[in-house]
Amino acid sequence: MKGNDKLYDLTINQAHKLLNNRELSSVELTKAVLERISQVEDKVHSFVTVTNDPALQQAQEADARIKKGDASPLTGIPALIKDNMCTRGIRTTCSSHMLENFVPPYNATVVERLNQAGMVMVGKGNMDEFAMGSSNEHSAFHATCNPWDLERVPGGSSGGPAASVAASEAIYSLGSDTGGSIRQPASFCSIIGMKPTYGRVSRFGLVAFASSLDQIGPMTKDVTDAALVLNAIAGYDAKDSTSVDRPVPDYTKSLIPDLKGIKLGVPKEYFVAGMEEGVRKIIDAAITRLEQLGASVDREVSLPSTKYALAAYYIIAPSEAMANLARYDGVKYGYSYEGDSMWDAMEQTRGHGFGPEVKRRIILGTYALSAGYYDAYYVKAQKVRTLIRREFDEAFKRYDALITPTSPTVPFKIGEKTGDPLKMYLSDICTLPINIAGIPGLSIPAGFSDGLPVGMQILGKPFAEEMLLRVAYAYEQATEWHKQRPNL
Amino acid sequence: MKLSREDVLHISALCRMNLTDEEVERFRNQLSNILDNFEILQQVDTTDIPPTAYPIPLSNVTRDDEVAPSYPQSDILANAPRQEDGQFRVRAVLEQP
Repeated sequence: MKGNDKLYDLTINQAHKLLNNRELSSVELTKAVLERISQVEDKVHSFVTVTNDPALQQAQEADARIKKGDASPLTGIPALIKDNMCTRGIRTTCSSHMLENFVPPYNATVVERLNQAGMVMVGKGNMDEFAMGSSNEHSAFHATCNPWDLERVPGGSSGGPAASVAASEAIYSLGSDTGGSIRQPASFCSIIGMKPTYGRVSRFGLVAFASSLDQIGPMTKDVTDAALVLNAIAGYDAKDSTSVDRPVPDYTKSLIPDLKGIKLGVPKEYFVAGMEEGVRKIIDAAITRLEQLGASVDREVSLPSTKYALAAYYIIAPSEAMANLARYDGVKYGYSYEGDSMWDAMEQTRGHGFGPEVKRRIILGTYALSAGYYDAYYVKAQKVRTLIRREFDEAFKRYDALITPTSPTVPFKIGEKTGDPLKMYLSDICTLPINIAGIPGLSIPAGFSDGLPVGMQILGKPFAEEMLLRVAYAYEQATEWHKQRPNL
Repeated sequence: MKLSREDVLHISALCRMNLTDEEVERFRNQLSNILDNFEILQQVDTTDIPPTAYPIPLSNVTRDDEVAPSYPQSDILANAPRQEDGQFRVRAVLEQP
């Protein structure tokens, strides 16, 4: 493969074949990706930390392993990990001043599993602080730019992981998704992003935001790669009491290029007011394409509680966040303000260490849980959560999967929504009901509106990741969107 | 739902997080607006609907209490802002009268 200057554009599957046939070494591939990072990172800003030397060392180890004939599909493949997953000896900041110098003493389970599979980690990905945001503008360090249009946001909170894959600064990445943080940036950057079923992937070592909603998942250049990464990270973990003990299938077996006999539904509530006409047209065309591939489509599905999802989410998620973020007291790790007394030190540590969006959500969550409001807000939201879940359960008795847009808009301009939090929250209107219900969702490139990416979201019942991959794969094989790369 | 300045200060005291005057005013306006939008939940009839805390059914999850190697003390203290004699150093909780 020497002389090929675009090794960084390879998918996992393509690179694996070349590595296994000894046409390419992991060191060559890793150097090509690190070189790509040095060329485009000034424009895209996907990374918080680039790990040059450890990456080259992992690449050498991978090459030795490949030589022994002991390679997994991920062995020797360069990846980026979102900076809220703990990496032993490598700082894990959550893009927050609070954790700017935090170096974890252990690996997240997903990192441990990818290491066992032979990952080459090229760095840690930028994000909205503590994963709270939809644009990456809430990173305490720098905003990430969308590789398709550098004046626009990459989405969030996994904006760095999404932009790095779109810009070929990593062959794949891991993101986390609490209300759309994998799928919305995948849509904005024209890549695949999958949030698995709650409990499918261990959260051990993922810095907690909202514990009943958070889930880790793959962000990749195509559907085959998503299946390969999910194969490596899914499964029970005794260190996460909410991980589910259930066999992990070989997800590559779901990559079947037709949809004969598959029943799809389109919930009309996801075609919301404020949805861009360009997005609507592209999703309509994508649904027609799914029909041509053999699926039957019901366009009149109704999930009436959808309109309450935004309010329920923005009560539940901040309430859980305020409890999870109570641990940042400046004593055990993280930013610490000296202060005049114990209380002063704690209040100033939190006041200076957290950025504006994190503070806003802590205040909102504290309010929702405070005396006199707990039943009216928090318990009410949890009851609405039950209704939303029940509607999905009913729908999945009739349909194998549901199809929606991932986001009502194309990527917006940097600075366009930072002044109005509610406007920013609406960016996740199509993705957050899925976290409320705990079901799996996948975003796949479905086209471009005036040159800007549009993603289609595929939803399934709990643990129906195979169905999502099948629908996505069939669509991908019939389209060319995933082969397009931004000009940088 | 119009929040007062005192409301915001009360909440900030509950979560032990200092806010500047400018933040108090900004959050007062933004949260009032957000809470107005949340009023929509009061339209939903949730009579006899149980709350959902987790999307999967969970009862008490326990494991066997097995002895296993732990992290070295130095690893755990490595990120401590202040330490002394192998321990985290904290501010006095009870001040001298």
